[in-house]
Amino acid sequence: MADEIVLLSIWPSMFGMRVRVALAEKGLKYEYKEEDLQNKSPLLLMMNPVHKKIPVLIHNGKPISESMIIVEYIDEVWNHKSPLLPTDPYQRAQARFWADYVDKKLYDIGKKIIWSIKGEEETGKKEFIECLKLLEGELGDNPYFGGENFGFVDVSLVTFSCWFHTYESYGNFSIETECPKLVAWTKRCLEKESVSSSLADPHKIHNFASGVRKRLGIE
Amino acid sequence: MGEEVKLFRSWSSPFALRIVWALEIKGIEYEAVFEDLSNKSPLLLQYNPVHKKIPILVHNGRPIVESFVILEYIDETWKQAPLLPEDPYERAMARFWAKFCEDKVLISIWSAFIKQGKEQEEAMVAATENLKFLEKEMKGKKFFGGERIGYVDLTLGWLANLGSIFEEIVGLKIVDEEKFPLLYSWMQDFAEAPIIRDNWPPRDKMIVKFQALLDAAIASSSSSSSSSK
Repeated sequence: MADEIVLLSIWPSMFGMRVRVALAEKGLKYEYKEEDLQNKSPLLLMMNPVHKKIPVLIHNGKPISESMIIVEYIDEVWNHKSPLLPTDPYQRAQARFWADYVDKKLYDIGKKIIWSIKGEEETGKKEFIECLKLLEGELGDNPYFGGENFGFVDVSLVTFSCWFHTYESYGNFSIETECPKLVAWTKRCLEKESVSSSLADPHKIHNFASGVRKRLGIE
Repeated sequence: MGEEVKLFRSWSSPFALRIVWALEIKGIEYEAVFEDLSNKSPLLLQYNPVHKKIPILVHNGRPIVESFVILEYIDETWKQAPLLPEDPYERAMARFWAKFCEDKVLISIWSAFIKQGKEQEEAMVAATENLKFLEKEMKGKKFFGGERIGYVDLTLGWLANLGSIFEEIVGLKIVDEEKFPLLYSWMQDFAEAPIIRDNWPPRDKMIVKFQALLDAAIASSSSSSSSSK
């Protein structure tokens, strides 16, 4: 019996893109439904009543929410192809740690650069660069965070890369100057079909962010 | 067997307590290293340079940090008395509820305890909404893990002890038995389980500690111009 997979998301969401990358890595077919967050669908409200947020993956009618929990679910169910987490428990713990670090830090700090009304841009920029440098250090000389292979931490971070141009523009800095190895890693990831077909165009993201800033009165 | 397991903890941290419970439930021998968080040891800083926090599990010399990451590591390394279910969907649900307990329930209850005035009222509203979701999730179950204590129970377990401590200090009913009968009885069942009961930090010391934290919070909020009471 064929699996029925539905993804509820919005096109600019780096969290929704993580799920797209994971599904593409596994070669899975799915139905994508674009949500309007100003007018959430009954399906979204029913499938994620607790948070009412995207992304939501619906597998054979059963919903899963929270992007990295969804990615781990996908990895466990379709474990015969392109494993995202390593098999060794200690390596898995390291991968979970760094994915958690990306989750805890990057989005909220990045918000200070892009959506800041109170002039937190400079602090935000400084903290953001520190985070990226730490991640760059963790990457080291490996092609991917997963080592030789694209993995869990790569999925968690690569989707932020289409937002880099936006962070750079509003923060007035160059991520490539600050973290050249990390930017090289993003280009390497984009050579993968699963990543290039899942990430949004950086200029479209910038236009999207500009629109939100106008609505917030900070543009 | 030559396995060396160390747990860096503090006497009161609810996050470290999760790991104590997990190790004890699985019958794993370990050495507890108590840290004074106002004077962190060089070893703590070496094992957790990114966050500089406890708990830290050190297994055969290799550190694992962040309590959720440690719990998953323990469950994968020592297979007896599993904390997470086997089925991938049930595992995803357990991870979802654990994250909810951490990101929403804990934050809202902590705010209801530590804040004053309007902020406290808003926190209580949020806490009540969050607890409603947990109450619904408890239906037909003794523990969140089913018949046995599991991953979600360990994540929320602090509530079974700190809940009544907060209530005693600020006089606020956080988990009302009438509003949340299932959650209330879960708190009793969890707190009375032998491994849990035998590892609570001393109640009188906890009351002194959290009263001091509250006093400090009140002092700093009344010294700012936006206080309301």
